[in-house]
Parts: sequence; C-alpha cells; structure tokens
Amino acid sequence: MKVRCRLFARYAELAGLEEVEIELPGSATVADAVSRVRAMLRGGELIPKHTLVAVNHEHSPMDQVLHDGDELALLPPLAGG
Amino acid sequence: MASPPRLTREKIDVVELLRAASGPGLGGTSIFLGTVRRSEDDGPVMAIEYSAYSEMVESEFEKILTEARDKWPDARFAVQHRIGRIPLGETSIAIIAATLHRTEAFEACRYVIEEVKARLTVWKKEIFEDGSEDWREGRERSADSS
Repeated sequence: MKVRCRLFARYAELAGLEEVEIELPGSATVADAVSRVRAMLRGGELIPKHTLVAVNHEHSPMDQVLHDGDELALLPPLAGG
Repeated sequence: MASPPRLTREKIDVVELLRAASGPGLGGTSIFLGTVRRSEDDGPVMAIEYSAYSEMVESEFEKILTEARDKWPDARFAVQHRIGRIPLGETSIAIIAATLHRTEAFEACRYVIEEVKARLTVWKKEIFEDGSEDWREGRERSADSS
C-alpha cells in the first residue's frame, strides 16, 4: 500500500522536503512507517522514533494500523499560541 | 457575516473577533492574546515565524470548540491564530469567550487556550537580531508562557 507522508517545521528542514510517498506492506502500523521514513530520508535518524504523529488529520498512536491512501504526518513538538 | 478565519497571515483584528463572539445575553467576555515576546532566556528575538499543518489546525480548533461548547453551552467563541513572520510585540493568537457571567468567561477562555497549546499543529521558529534562527520546540517553560 501507499501512504502519503508529510513533514513539518524542523523535520521538513532536516529532510529537505515536505512530503514523500512511501510503500508499505499491508497491515503496517504508524511505527513501521516512521521507521521507514527515518531510514530513507536525509536527516531521518534525527526524527525521534516516538515522534508525535497524525493520521488523516487525527492525533494517533504508534500502533495504529495504516491503510492505502492514508495521510501520515510526522509532527515536531507542538508550539502554538 | 462570515466568521473570521481561524488561521490567518494578516494582523489579528480583535474588534472583529469580539463582534463575532458577541450576543445579546452574553454579559461576560474574556480575551486571551498571545504576543511575540523576548526574555533573558531567549536572547535578542526580533520575530517569530509561525508555520502550521493548516488542515489539521482547522479540524483541531473545531474539536476544541465543540468540547468547550459542551462544557459551557451558552458560550460563544472566536479564535484566530496568525502564521508567518510576526514581529516582536504583535499578537500571534487571540481567544475570545463570551458567556452569561464573568466566571465562566474566564474558565472557558482558559480551557481553549490550554487545549490549543497542547493540541494545535503549529510550530514557531525564533528569528534573532543577527539573522540566526532557532526552532522553538519542547522548551515551553510553563503554562503561563504565551
């Protein structure tokens, strides 16, 4: 399956891109996707294994199962306000 | 009249937000304004560049306001977060809660800003006088930080 992965703020700066499509086996979890992104992107190892994430605009746990076409967002520590 | 956008690149117009939150029976209004500041710890900050996961900001703001309306059914709210480069002294966020009485107005406004700080997908990068930059993340010192 294919998942659209979006990067923001410092993570986007580290990787030099804001979006990447990743191919994952069926029943892959958020944790699997984060591992893949950390391994494939420049500076990816600087993204924490247990980073905040969102799936389809919802804050999500690392064990959430992904589906084809999902949008996964890797979120640096939030700093709004 | 259309509601003010919740995310904007323009200067925040507090009067417009107050108008959006007003109602004939609402006698208490509380306003929280977050302002770009500098402190001894931060160094010579001259601006903060805010960026956002815009689609999620919209949905998360909606969830937070739905929760707040469940807690204070008579309340009206207006919220706006500014993104882009915001100079020192200008407002980055405004939360307005209008309720029947003052006690609920303070409580409702406090609830919304605390949830925003914890959940809104917004990031800030400090811009210093010498042109250097630094992501400000994971070092919010207390709930009183703006």
